Amino acid sequence: MAQPRDFGFGEEQEMLKDAARRFMDDKAPLLALRKAAKGTEDPYLGDERTGFYDQEAWREMVELGWTALAVPEEAGGVGMSLVTAVAVAEEVGRAAMPTPLTSTLQTTYVLKHAGTAAATEWLQKIAEGQSATLAIQGQEDALQWDSATVTADGDQLNGTAWYVQDLQKVDFLVVAARSGVDLKLYAIDKSAAGIELGYDRIVDLTRDQGRVTFSGASATCISDDGLAALAAAEPALLTLVAADIAGGCEWLLQTTAEYAKVRTQFDRPIGFFQAVKHPIVNMMIEIDQTRSLAYNAACAYDTDPDTAHRAAHLAKSSASDTAEFCANRATQLHGGIGFTWEHDVQIYHKRQIHSQQLFGDGIWHREKAAAYL
Amino acid sequence: MAKAVETTEQREFREYCAAWLEENRPPPTAMPLPQAAYEVMTEDHRSYLVDWQAKCYEAGLIATDVDKAYGGHGHDGFQVIASTEVRRAGVPYFINWIGLGMTAPTLLQHGTEEQKQTYLPPIFSGEDIWCQGFSEPGAGSDLAGLQTSAVKDGDNWIVNGSKVWTSLGHFARYMLLLARTDKNDKYNGITYFMGPMEADGVTVKPIHKMTGESGFNEVFLENVVVPDHMRIDEVGTGWKVAMSTLTSERGAGMGVGAIASSESPFAAIEQLIELAKRTRRNGRTAWEDPAIRDRLVKLYEKTEGSSQNFRRARMNALNGGAMRIPLQGKLTGSEIGQELHHLSLSILGSASSLYVGDPNAEENGRWALGYMNTYTGTISGGSSEIQRNILGERVLGLPKTK
Repeated sequence: MAQPRDFGFGEEQEMLKDAARRFMDDKAPLLALRKAAKGTEDPYLGDERTGFYDQEAWREMVELGWTALAVPEEAGGVGMSLVTAVAVAEEVGRAAMPTPLTSTLQTTYVLKHAGTAAATEWLQKIAEGQSATLAIQGQEDALQWDSATVTADGDQLNGTAWYVQDLQKVDFLVVAARSGVDLKLYAIDKSAAGIELGYDRIVDLTRDQGRVTFSGASATCISDDGLAALAAAEPALLTLVAADIAGGCEWLLQTTAEYAKVRTQFDRPIGFFQAVKHPIVNMMIEIDQTRSLAYNAACAYDTDPDTAHRAAHLAKSSASDTAEFCANRATQLHGGIGFTWEHDVQIYHKRQIHSQQLFGDGIWHREKAAAYL
Repeated sequence: MAKAVETTEQREFREYCAAWLEENRPPPTAMPLPQAAYEVMTEDHRSYLVDWQAKCYEAGLIATDVDKAYGGHGHDGFQVIASTEVRRAGVPYFINWIGLGMTAPTLLQHGTEEQKQTYLPPIFSGEDIWCQGFSEPGAGSDLAGLQTSAVKDGDNWIVNGSKVWTSLGHFARYMLLLARTDKNDKYNGITYFMGPMEADGVTVKPIHKMTGESGFNEVFLENVVVPDHMRIDEVGTGWKVAMSTLTSERGAGMGVGAIASSESPFAAIEQLIELAKRTRRNGRTAWEDPAIRDRLVKLYEKTEGSSQNFRRARMNALNGGAMRIPLQGKLTGSEIGQELHHLSLSILGSASSLYVGDPNAEENGRWALGYMNTYTGTISGGSSEIQRNILGERVLGLPKTK
């Protein structure tokens, strides 16, 4: 099946992307983050992360329709393409915005591929403005889609889900749980009885993460074949993170290039020196590859499903390497100042290295892509 | 912005191109063609390739979008389709790649009406082969340091000096010639000419490469007479015009035909993966070695990334500025090619030592030969280092290294 040459990115997507950029600029999430972190004795303390999150911004995004943009129309959503979601995710990454938007979009895709009437009911909650995240990983070998150690006995969940993104911010969870030999998917309100939340102390200041321990919590089964639903949603999950990285690394590129124009040493702006100039150009080259691969992967998911997995693995493989490289070069080329707490480069740096590993790094995804070559 | 869906006319033209190429694919030459158009040395290869180019021109695959007054076919937006199909078909390259890729865009942008009518049609047909006279022994990366002089003498210019790395110089009727018309102004003292290669005082001497092949030359110019009507643009504007030529060479200009590559951008990596799948290493195939496989997939990823870059480059809303992606084309393409060929040597292991002509060499030594030839890409047309300067300065606004 042929893909549209413009990735399916038309005027509608362009307007939405511009609006998202303006919105996130206006919110100045990093200023808010620093304000919230000020006075915090230990800014790494997980429980403090709630303060970093602008609840009002979420409500505004709900009104703008962004949070439900991937929810099918029959479930009350906007029913737009992954390319559209990727365009917004890129802006989230550029702003390094603490928001459960990406997790909610990812959960949307898992619910869509679960494809049951029960799943549709939870999609409707997203359409109504709720946020959600995936609680699908176990503690060990957690990148495997079947790593979950939560068990299901009927609709009762027991055990702990690990590395749950945006846990402090979301309303409900989609949980992977073992039921005999099967891996099933369940949905459950975060505030339900029988759930204990634990927050991780993570490197990335713009996200929060945690553990969810279930003790006989009563959940709704949304899929008897969880692995199939996760596998089908996988290209969307990966591509959204790749787009976030492309946006964040573009910020690092532009910020580093600006710094190289104003920082003077040896009587010249340091960007004059090729030892500085060339690595900045290399950042741009890596970003452009990642960005093109992310849009290609989104378009493949939307219009050319046979190639969607290969394209998504290549996009995340590229994105993970780009995240590492750009974070590394941006800090190095900023010199001492980029290494300080005060400079925003560190915030972006840490977001990129979190994103690099999120759902698997370059080595992981090249191994997955190899199966398609 | 590129249209999401092809129009009926575009689809019909694409189908026409594909069908024509399939029907008219030329039989292989008696001796295999060199790997790239800039290595063509023999008369047999020259005449074979000129015939092929002429046929493609007549069929409308070359100069597709150029005005009929200049020998073109007068379409709009069809060249990209024709060039894509030419690459996809895996047919021989077009020998007149300098004429098509550099002279034609330069003349279309800077030439007089008469120059365009006179010089363009034989470029498209391959009748007039062109070479490029930019680099000199003392002017490589610092191209504006060129010393070849042109002195006005009535209606003529008298040119003295020498050029180097002149691909196709031995076949060329004309040279894109940069000469100094003012010794006191480095950048505004350069003028752009069309140099007649058959004129008295022109000596072409082949240079041999590390591969043992030739294909490029030194060109000595001794009191060569160039009529003033063969000057392109105004006196002293040669640097500006040269920059537009180089923009075309680096893949950012308006194309008039698929030029340097006759293969799909994926051909090399796919062939290398095939090689890895049939080559033994440590008791299994090289493809089954995870370290080798990781590097292969990384190169596949980069190849796909570059290919998708071309797609994104056409979209103003997503390309980050008109020149940002196009100016990366030559740099990334040549570096991926080099890395890929270097990896081929690791995959072949001991057998990588066997060169062209050795009866036991894999694919007659194409990987070792190709490896060495990748340096053509990373050095010529502005080295990778110069490309990074240009990208940093023009796209990111970093201070000029000059």
